Amino acid sequence: MRAARRTVVSAVVSAACLTAVTGCTQKSAADDDAAIKVTAADAKCTTSTKSIPAGQVTLNIENTGSKATEVEILFPDDRIVSEKENIGPGTKYTLTAEVKAGSYEIACRPGMKGLGVRQKLTVTGGSVAKRDPRLDKAVAAYREYAQEQADATIPLVQKFADAVKAGDLEAAKAAFAPSRVGWERTEPVAESFGDIDPKTDTRADGLEKGQKWTGWHALEKALWQDKKIGADQKTLADELVNDLKDWQKRVGKAEITPTSMANGAKELLDEVGKNKVTGEEDRYSHTDLSDFQANVDGAQKAYELLKPVAQTKDKALTTELDKQFTALDTLLATYHDAKTSDGFVSYDKVTKDQRKELSDAVNALAEPLSKLAAAVVK
Amino acid sequence: MTDTQSTTPEATAAAPTRRSLIGWGGAGLALGAAAAGGAVAMARTGNDVDPAGADTGAAVAFHGAHQAGIATAVQDRLHFAAFDVKTDDRAEFVQLMKDWTEAARRMTAGRTVGDGAYGGLAEAPPDDTGEALGLKPSRLTLTIGFGPGLFDRFGLTGRRPEALVDLPQFAGDNLDKSRTGGDLCIQACADDPQVAVHAIRNLARIGFGKVAIRWSQLGFGKTSSTTPDAQTPRNLMGFKDGTRNIAGTETDRLKKYVWVGEGDGTAWMNGGSYLVARRIRMDIESWDRTSLQEQEDVFGRDKGTGAPVGKAKEHDKPFLKAMKPDAHVRLAHPDSNDGITILRRGYSFTDGTDGLGRLDAGLFFLAYMRDVRKGFIPLQRKLSAQDALNEYIQHVGSAVFAVPPGVRDQDDWWGRTLLSEEA
Repeated sequence: MRAARRTVVSAVVSAACLTAVTGCTQKSAADDDAAIKVTAADAKCTTSTKSIPAGQVTLNIENTGSKATEVEILFPDDRIVSEKENIGPGTKYTLTAEVKAGSYEIACRPGMKGLGVRQKLTVTGGSVAKRDPRLDKAVAAYREYAQEQADATIPLVQKFADAVKAGDLEAAKAAFAPSRVGWERTEPVAESFGDIDPKTDTRADGLEKGQKWTGWHALEKALWQDKKIGADQKTLADELVNDLKDWQKRVGKAEITPTSMANGAKELLDEVGKNKVTGEEDRYSHTDLSDFQANVDGAQKAYELLKPVAQTKDKALTTELDKQFTALDTLLATYHDAKTSDGFVSYDKVTKDQRKELSDAVNALAEPLSKLAAAVVK
Repeated sequence: MTDTQSTTPEATAAAPTRRSLIGWGGAGLALGAAAAGGAVAMARTGNDVDPAGADTGAAVAFHGAHQAGIATAVQDRLHFAAFDVKTDDRAEFVQLMKDWTEAARRMTAGRTVGDGAYGGLAEAPPDDTGEALGLKPSRLTLTIGFGPGLFDRFGLTGRRPEALVDLPQFAGDNLDKSRTGGDLCIQACADDPQVAVHAIRNLARIGFGKVAIRWSQLGFGKTSSTTPDAQTPRNLMGFKDGTRNIAGTETDRLKKYVWVGEGDGTAWMNGGSYLVARRIRMDIESWDRTSLQEQEDVFGRDKGTGAPVGKAKEHDKPFLKAMKPDAHVRLAHPDSNDGITILRRGYSFTDGTDGLGRLDAGLFFLAYMRDVRKGFIPLQRKLSAQDALNEYIQHVGSAVFAVPPGVRDQDDWWGRTLLSEEA
């Protein structure tokens, strides 16, 4: 479910083409002096120059390898400035982008998988704000995590969709919660693409007038409350897979900063407090604790990556955060149930007193977590 | 939060204060009310606030031999919160007491918490939540109490006062667990409800991870006063309440019935008191359908003037035998109870409706006393068994707390006499 405020992480796709950094692919040939020749082989990636002046850069790419490749210009945090996918063996392509001064990398990804083979690119001229390289590392690692979560989600959601399409109610129910874990772990990133979340993760009460209800929760209601799978549900299942594949493709373009990582962690705890502790998220399936754990996992990942910097600036804060993450994980572990499909006790079996205890533990973590962003930037 | 040992309010006043925004709010206008808050004035020293604490906009001194909010002239509004302690770390709990004390010191003076509500780092949530900016100190008092459960922690078992007993089950009690008990309480009283709520909210926020709110109660109309010269307030049943309450000026009665003293057996409580809180739901609709005669018989007072049965004026000495045997005033009067006297400081409440079209309303009873065993318990035993009022009320929440002595000065903190190593 989308957070009310969607401020911290914003999609960069359109911005990239319009403002400071332009990353729009062009077919026009540009074999001038400013062009960088990129030779992408199966195991090598060579570039004709390592330093260029700020402004428009042109990559003349040639795939000399045997596999289709992908070439990207990357920010230090692995955010994509510009990319071209699916450059076939033996073909050439020209990619242009507008770049400000700073450090970049050019990546060739033979087979369009993995981190690729990298070459440094320094863009000179103008001024550029320096950022702690440890933070760039944290952002790059978080982006990789977000991508991994999206990649891992696709087969799980496919399994869920296949069960729905086979009309297998029980198999579909069993596959429901696991298909949400990767999404829930990185929800702030997913939500930064404003158009995906409304299609995949909207609850009945979150619908706008005239909006068709699609996604996980529409299927959840069919499976648990209506207890039947019809043609509509099978269509919804296919749409869910497609929407999530769209998400998987776009994760690399999300704008992620150290601040947005920290705030994203805090927002994940807000999600828990608002929707999971109350049992509103998965009101038909009662698999809220699975989402709860995933939200906490995602927040913890972001925190762990920022911790090396945060602890040099506010040791008391990281000590408290370590303690409260452990306390919440320990409490959640008491709700493990090996007999259920998602590994957790059904939330309708969690008593009012237990919910209060969970809520207290969430507050105990969320309050110091709200101070992480400041500790990272100050 | 800053450490109380090293920081004076002046030094931390860089952030805008509520008071600096609104000026002094007529703090000097309290002469006429000075007598009413006299006990407070006597108890406080060395602070630049209105000593009487009876002007609605002024600040009440935080430091003193007794905590403010007991003998202090009763303010118009209440936010009361009970907390469960979550931490097992004594040092962490002590630090919370210090942090809370500093925050309370600032808020009761009309200042913001920590570094204020704005102007700080854009990436960080502000220390203060901000809703009291521009409001007067509003005679805010913050009073802390320690519940029985606290003494099961931090090696305090041997320090639990004998007078802090668990309340017995009284006839007719229908206690809701989620509105009962608590390891700690904070009573926030102010003339502006937003100031009281702001105080509880900010203390709760500072406490996350160490303590968690168990329940809280808003109150809106004082039902007792500690200023007998002022008009006696009415409860939601429409009757004047607390006519014979202990006044803030009655030093002798306060000493005899309210303040724990030498020889009470618990040195760390000297200057403190015990607090009983009861959420008493009124069957409002039934009461409103009750004849005037029955209503007056139930209380033993005239509804209009508040005069006791057979008397002309509110403050006339009641002739108890003229009242029905089960009349509330007759049963509760000190003369019927070997002189038992408690200081009442309750508020009316209305928490909306109950889903059945009835007001969820009543009296949030707060009473301070020197010994619960000699105060509330014998009184309530009798009332719960005999009071005619029981037909129209039900006790639905309950808690009892040991209220430690006052914070003496800038270096002192809430609970020091109980928790400090040298204490």
